[in-house]
Amino acid sequence: MAKLEKEVTSFNSKPKNKMNSFGEKVIKDFKRNKVIYLMVSPVVLYYIIFQYGPMYGLQIAFKDYTPALGFLQSPWVGFEHFKEFFNSFFFWRLLKNTLLLSFYSLLFAFPAGIILALLLNEIRGGIFKRSVQTITYMPHFVSLVVIVGILFDFMARDGVVNDILVFLFGGEPIAFMREADWFRTLFISSDIWQNVGWSSIIFLAAMSNVDPALYEAAKIDGAGRLKQMWHITLPGIMPTVVILLILLIGKFMTVGEEKILLMYNPTTYETADVIGTYVYRKGILESNFSYSAAVGLFKALIAFTLLVIANSIARKVGDTKLW
Amino acid sequence: MMRKSLGERLFDYGNIIFLCLLSLVTIYPLLYILFASLSDPTYVAQTRGLMLYPKEITIAAYKMVFKNPMIVTSYLNTFFYVIVGTTVNILLTSLGAYALSRKNVMWSNFIMFMIVFTMFFEGGLIPLYLLVNELNMIDTRWALILPTAISAFNLIIMRTAFQGIPDSLEESARIDGANDFTILFRIILPLSMPVVAVMVLFYGVFHWNSWFHAMIFLQDRELFPVQLILREILIANDTSSMTSGVSAVDAMPIGETVKYATIVVATLPILCLYPFLQKYFVKGVMIGGIKG
Repeated sequence: MAKLEKEVTSFNSKPKNKMNSFGEKVIKDFKRNKVIYLMVSPVVLYYIIFQYGPMYGLQIAFKDYTPALGFLQSPWVGFEHFKEFFNSFFFWRLLKNTLLLSFYSLLFAFPAGIILALLLNEIRGGIFKRSVQTITYMPHFVSLVVIVGILFDFMARDGVVNDILVFLFGGEPIAFMREADWFRTLFISSDIWQNVGWSSIIFLAAMSNVDPALYEAAKIDGAGRLKQMWHITLPGIMPTVVILLILLIGKFMTVGEEKILLMYNPTTYETADVIGTYVYRKGILESNFSYSAAVGLFKALIAFTLLVIANSIARKVGDTKLW
Repeated sequence: MMRKSLGERLFDYGNIIFLCLLSLVTIYPLLYILFASLSDPTYVAQTRGLMLYPKEITIAAYKMVFKNPMIVTSYLNTFFYVIVGTTVNILLTSLGAYALSRKNVMWSNFIMFMIVFTMFFEGGLIPLYLLVNELNMIDTRWALILPTAISAFNLIIMRTAFQGIPDSLEESARIDGANDFTILFRIILPLSMPVVAVMVLFYGVFHWNSWFHAMIFLQDRELFPVQLILREILIANDTSSMTSGVSAVDAMPIGETVKYATIVVATLPILCLYPFLQKYFVKGVMIGGIKG
């Protein structure tokens, strides 16, 4: 109690005190909140070491890093590695594959979650709705290794899908996983299969916050279900949609690289190889550290720029924004 | 209550039929794996098209999985990574979320900015790999626990939840002489059980399913998590390690069912867990907290 009173009086008498310098403020704040700072210190330490450490390590993108010389001693080479990447045969292919996969995911996977949420929202509670939700959430909890394993199994020349296709339409079985032309379709559709239920959760939550009076009013005006969806539910969840869209655009350069690493093989590189997987091959497999760090930095910078642009567009158009 | 028009009823039926089909398409591949793992190996090898029930039920494949030392070791490793990793995750995340949810802490906005910034810009794979290397953590269990000790996203969710707890509760505890640690562990965490449960699930599933860090940071097979072994079996299609001691003629079909049995063993625990927490998901995935 005494401590509380002291705080109150010190707060009240602030203007009368001689101007607190910044240093004094810091010391006072630290004394008052020392337990808080003690608690947050492991968290700050984690971020400094494992998040800002690698950012500091990005300097090797401008150096010729060799493990023997270490981060600091390795000689500077300026933009050499970036030039090499931009001039390399792979640059345009990697950029095209990365952007196309992201774009298709935006075009097909993102709306899929909204559509499922709209359909689920039309069903009033009950065991049916809950069962559909439980089932569609399920693949989200299955590991990527297993998901891609299932894909290999089902899409194999002698797999279930080919059996069915040949039975229905005849013709020759297709080796889906070895055809570059099929990669994007398989990647996006298996992504929808795995995550459509999960991504519908957030839209359903947003829908439950839409004012029910709006629906009543619409019904009185004679609006049917589809009209209510279009004119009330969708506008109601728009802020959520915009926020998720911004976040998605921030992830535009990162397109499920772990999944691609599991799915692709040299016969599908033409459509499957993206910047992230290239960084992995060049850096981890070929120990070409500086070059792959430069490619990684290029990716991160583009991603960050896209995020800033998306956010500022959202700010101008409506009032939904990330910051 | 207004009567539903014909159009509305058609819409409802169509909707229900569509959702049933979607559920079927979603669950069938998983059921197929379960059925195949329980079936006779030669039958699975010969079967074409849809399998609608396990044929000649046998648990031979499961026996083989649990007799295989590689799989058992990796399974135990996964348990280790999940338990230790999730404990570290929850401890650090709740400490951070609590500290950063307090008012009148001078540096909390700055620290929060530092944390949120890492969600949008990161050093990337190669510098992280070199850092883990410099820290001498390659080929140690730490490499799978420390670099992923906190997720900024989860920290924000937890912080938002903590901010929603009325101040009056902790004020009375403070008057009774409780310090911040006591308040966090005795008042705030017990009051936030739904969020904590979802966090445990998210972090736990992450560790359970993670394979990429294990692949780049570990060479010692004794440390491999089960997902990495699964990757060899499923993606590289190498079942030889599991069928040793079986005659070459039988090895192929048995390898197939053992493959399915391994998937079931590695997937079922999580699938049995999440339905119990389903009603809390909404709280967990709400990103409203992002704007905090």
